[in-house]
Amino acid sequence: MKTNDINNNITPSILSIENLSIGYGEDKLAVKDVTTRFKKNAITAIMGPSGCGKTTLLRAINRMHELYPNIVCKGKIKLFDDDIYEMSTIDLRKEVGMVFQRPNPFPTMSIYENVIAGYKLNGIKLKRSERDEIVETSLKNVTLWDEVKNSLHKKGNFLSGGQQQRLCIARTLAFKPKVILLDEPTSALDPIATSKIEDLLVDLKKDYTIIMVTHNMSQAARISDNAMFMYLGELIEYNSTKVMFTNPGDPRTEAYLTGKFG
Amino acid sequence: MINQLSILLKKEKASSNVIYFSMNERKIKNSFFRIGIILFSLVTISMVFMIVGTLLYKGYHQINWAFFTQVAPDTFTAMMAKSSGQSIPGGIVNGITGSVYLVLIASLIAIPLGVLIGVFLYENGKKRYAGIIRDIVDILQGVPSIVIGLIVYIWVVVPITKGYSVFAGSVALAIMMLPLIIRSTEESLKMVPETLKEAAIALGTPYYKVILKVLIPSSITGLTTGILLAVSRVLGETAPLMLTTLGNPAINWNVSKPVSAVPLLIWQFYNDPNMVDLIWSSTLFLMAFVLVLNLLSKWIAARQKR
Repeated sequence: MKTNDINNNITPSILSIENLSIGYGEDKLAVKDVTTRFKKNAITAIMGPSGCGKTTLLRAINRMHELYPNIVCKGKIKLFDDDIYEMSTIDLRKEVGMVFQRPNPFPTMSIYENVIAGYKLNGIKLKRSERDEIVETSLKNVTLWDEVKNSLHKKGNFLSGGQQQRLCIARTLAFKPKVILLDEPTSALDPIATSKIEDLLVDLKKDYTIIMVTHNMSQAARISDNAMFMYLGELIEYNSTKVMFTNPGDPRTEAYLTGKFG
Repeated sequence: MINQLSILLKKEKASSNVIYFSMNERKIKNSFFRIGIILFSLVTISMVFMIVGTLLYKGYHQINWAFFTQVAPDTFTAMMAKSSGQSIPGGIVNGITGSVYLVLIASLIAIPLGVLIGVFLYENGKKRYAGIIRDIVDILQGVPSIVIGLIVYIWVVVPITKGYSVFAGSVALAIMMLPLIIRSTEESLKMVPETLKEAAIALGTPYYKVILKVLIPSSITGLTTGILLAVSRVLGETAPLMLTTLGNPAINWNVSKPVSAVPLLIWQFYNDPNMVDLIWSSTLFLMAFVLVLNLLSKWIAARQKR
């Protein structure tokens, strides 16, 4: 099995998954016995046809699946050396942030409040100066600061889709996480907004570890360092993006990348 | 492509006779149906205009400053004024304050309870016991208001307040408000996109805060609409109040004492031949109040869609 070829070369690793299986009910497994590691300060893209379990895998990393009690999950996920299932969800989700497919800023909050929503919703008290600083640096990190600095206290509903998505990324960055999970973050955006987000992700990887699910193969080729190919819940191939796209090891990967299915 | 088109055109010509004939018949049916729709809509709309028109015509001359500042007159004063050809002195301020007070306390009981049950139903929507609760709420909505009045009479008036009281009336109204608030809470929470809930969860927010700080604020317009409709519904209730608060010729702010209400005053005026003029002005006031609440809730709902 070529799956783990690259796993030994991933240093430093930040996140490791051991024998993870996730199912909707006992017999319908969406993720089958996945063991892998993720490289620090790199972008890892997870690819695969619809229903291959890539989103399920991603959501397991910050335990989003616990929202749905009928999902069964077996195996271990470790952040550094801590088992994430033994951490409190708030600690885990501070370390592992998530950005969703569709921009979802809180419609009842202003742009400013949206950025520090994580602190507000968890009842973490901050001084005004600290708050201002977090909002400014987070918005600058997503290159949104210049566009919204004069309307920080307005509701964000006048922002474009791409701006809203960057606001959502800023909301995630405000917690200064170690890992950012992105679930097809650009699939609802136009090409210009998409390229802005892609540039941003490449910029962010020096400080963060980024794991991204994507349907868009050229996007994975453009920005990811490592790429994973999943099929029917199994991790078929995991390699550096360059090798995966030029010389795929598994015939199924090749078939997917050349558009024979997917 | 062009070939297909010409074939289509030929077909059209060949059957044009038939089409012409059936088109005519269809037009007749269509206009017949349209006239029917317009006619019945006009009948329905004219009801509202007739009600408002009658109330305005019969009630406007009693509406003055005293109407909103003085309590209802006694029958002798009213008779004296009538016989000397003047309008009846006094107003319905005891009814207005009573109605507002009753609805206020009823809201204090029904809103927190109704919102909580609504959240519960939203959270456990697909489970069996939630379905049973939902059915019971629907049944509660269908209970005749006089029955609720009787039950509250036995539960509150007799054992707790030992007599007609504001509290008993408020409990009766609260029971009537509950089903509306519960269902509107549940429905408006369902309108909040799941992605918003996930966004809050992904930030590590504890679940009760997701409900309090994300779900409820996001559905606040739906909630207020439901509450306003519930308020405007119980504002006109008369039967349960007759059995629970009775009425009061003076303004009263004591929860354990009887109080008056606008619909109760209307009933009282109806039973007194000297006060007939006041019926119309009181009804006009009640109608206007309810109308304003209804329009307000419609306006809020429309603002949400924008």
